Amino acid sequence: MSYLLPALTGLLCFTMLVAAIVAIRDRSMPVAILAAGLVSLVASVLFLILASPDVAMTEAAIGSGLTTFLLFFVLARVRAGEHDGEQS
Amino acid sequence: MIKRLIALALLAAVGSVFATLLFGYTPDAVLNLTARYYAEHTAADLGAANIVTAIVVTYRGLDTLGEVTVLFLAASIVGLVLAQGTQKKPRTPVPVGELLTTGARFLLPMILLLGVYVFVNGHLTPGGGFQGGAIIASGILLLLLADPLKHFSHGLISAIESVAGVIYVSIGLAGVFLAGGFLDNRILPLGTLGDLASAGAIPLIYSLIGLKVGAEFASILASLSETEEL
Amino acid sequence: MAHFAMATGFLLILIGAWGALTNRNLLRMIIAFTIADSGVNLVIIAVGYMHGRTAPILDSAVAAADAVQRIIDPVPQALVLTAIVIGVGVTALMLAYVYRLYEKRRSLDIGDFTELKG
Repeated sequence: MSYLLPALTGLLCFTMLVAAIVAIRDRSMPVAILAAGLVSLVASVLFLILASPDVAMTEAAIGSGLTTFLLFFVLARVRAGEHDGEQS
Repeated sequence: MIKRLIALALLAAVGSVFATLLFGYTPDAVLNLTARYYAEHTAADLGAANIVTAIVVTYRGLDTLGEVTVLFLAASIVGLVLAQGTQKKPRTPVPVGELLTTGARFLLPMILLLGVYVFVNGHLTPGGGFQGGAIIASGILLLLLADPLKHFSHGLISAIESVAGVIYVSIGLAGVFLAGGFLDNRILPLGTLGDLASAGAIPLIYSLIGLKVGAEFASILASLSETEEL
Repeated sequence: MAHFAMATGFLLILIGAWGALTNRNLLRMIIAFTIADSGVNLVIIAVGYMHGRTAPILDSAVAAADAVQRIIDPVPQALVLTAIVIGVGVTALMLAYVYRLYEKRRSLDIGDFTELKG
């Protein structure tokens, strides 16, 4: 039991880092936006583990929900940005 | 390539600062003075069970007033920037699935109810005006997704927003005359810790913040969804 | 645990800054900024965490009398609450400007916006 929480924390941290790298490196813009939303969602679970339920709720509702939708709204309007090609 | 190297060097410098901070960090064993004050006095002074809410709404109430003002400004500037020079062309309707329209009609009242529950109970349980407002805005978002051509009345949204704001500031001013200062929650009886009708004006103020924040987010979403495809 | 979370937060800030500095697509830069934002919030919350204590909410599990020994620091949580809400406002503003820029230039590449170059 005492190892369960640190192990879960480590797993969540690893997921966040992988999702963050996908978000800035992946060629496809929708995948990047979803990965950024995943970073926020996992962060909200991590906030819950760190005994901050208020912040966890805020992050889940605002950081993960609304921000992702705002990005998708703009992406749907701006079709050319869907593939941004190789970075220079 | 040279830009990339400069960026890498910059990040390495920032990273070394972060590493020093990280390895030099030792967690506190006891609460520091400010936190100790809040932990000892919140229940007796303000009657709020959720100390974070007590800090956000009362101890640092002025900051929260500033925060909702910043959010209001952000929402207005988004509306201004996006509304500029757009001709209202009739948009082609996008077919929306039966599942989404029925689901939206069924879920919307429950989502709104959950939002109201979250901000009314802000002083007892985790949650509050900002979370509840975001939940209400996500209900509006569901409505927008189910019916993209629906035109939201910006007048109604801004009326809710400004009425909530005016009442919020008047409650704050009432605190100056009836209690200890601006946004003091003791203008209403404190009640017993843990009751719904306790903590003075905190549930009232947080509900107003919830309405205001929900209206602001809804206005951002509505202005973005009313833009045209480029 | 707090050290794990803090290290992740610092790494997220660095990843976000790297993404904002090296990407040329404006939308991608905004995504990188939101990731750095999450990282900052994570660091602040990790600073407030204290091992073996619980959330700053008084109920049947935590009596008001022994709250000082049982709860964690509530101040960073109030700070982060504010930071998240302001963060989404800033993101919405950036997105509105990106939409407007795209309407003018039909491009999201930062290299196409050269008016401010000396």
